[in-house]
Amino acid sequence: MKLRTLPILFILLLAAYVVLVAVAELPPYGMSGNPVQNQVSEGYIENAWEETGVLNMITAIVLDYRAYDTMFETIVLFTAVLAVIITLKTTEKEGGGK
Amino acid sequence: MRDFILKRVAALLLPFIQMYGLYVILHGHVSPGGSFAGGIVVGLAFIAFTTIYGLERGRAKVPEKVTTLVESYGTLWYGMMGMVGVFKGAPFLANKMAGIDLGELGALSSGGLIGLIGLGVGIRVASTMITLFFTMMEEEP
Repeated sequence: MKLRTLPILFILLLAAYVVLVAVAELPPYGMSGNPVQNQVSEGYIENAWEETGVLNMITAIVLDYRAYDTMFETIVLFTAVLAVIITLKTTEKEGGGK
Repeated sequence: MRDFILKRVAALLLPFIQMYGLYVILHGHVSPGGSFAGGIVVGLAFIAFTTIYGLERGRAKVPEKVTTLVESYGTLWYGMMGMVGVFKGAPFLANKMAGIDLGELGALSSGGLIGLIGLGVGIRVASTMITLFFTMMEEEP
């Protein structure tokens, strides 16, 4: 048993090293030259007012640009309620009810 | 559950909490907030009412028929708003592309379909919270 833990420990340390090297390669958080700051967010910031007519840019993205996403989010809510009702709801027909 | 002070304070506060939730839902597109947050506020007002005044009176405020209807037709309302774009010859869930008047920037009526969709989502989220809570409360002993 003791002998088997050593190779596993070695593999785990190797994986941790790889992850840490990848993290060290990341650009600093919030810099203007990051790949995150691409034309997508610029497009939202510059065009959201004209394209949606909405002041709140979050709402513009959630309910207009990403409207499909929000629609299926509501379906996720529906499914959650459905699962809870199926699991917990007791039928009042059998057993006499209240 | 039988606390006098708690009941009086809730009776004073809960109407304002509900009004605030409806305000957040309706003004989701012109002010910070949104339909999800406002729906949670409205739902939690009903949940607070039920925890303070008991399940019977809470159920009287929101009958099961109402929550069932809202649960079923909330998502369908979203789909109907999306079909407006299709009937106008634009993609599904299109807003400006469908030629809907976006109105004045910052007004309550601005944004075309966004306000209507937000209202639907807000009521939907409130109904989800209420239904989850009631279903878990109503567990038969």
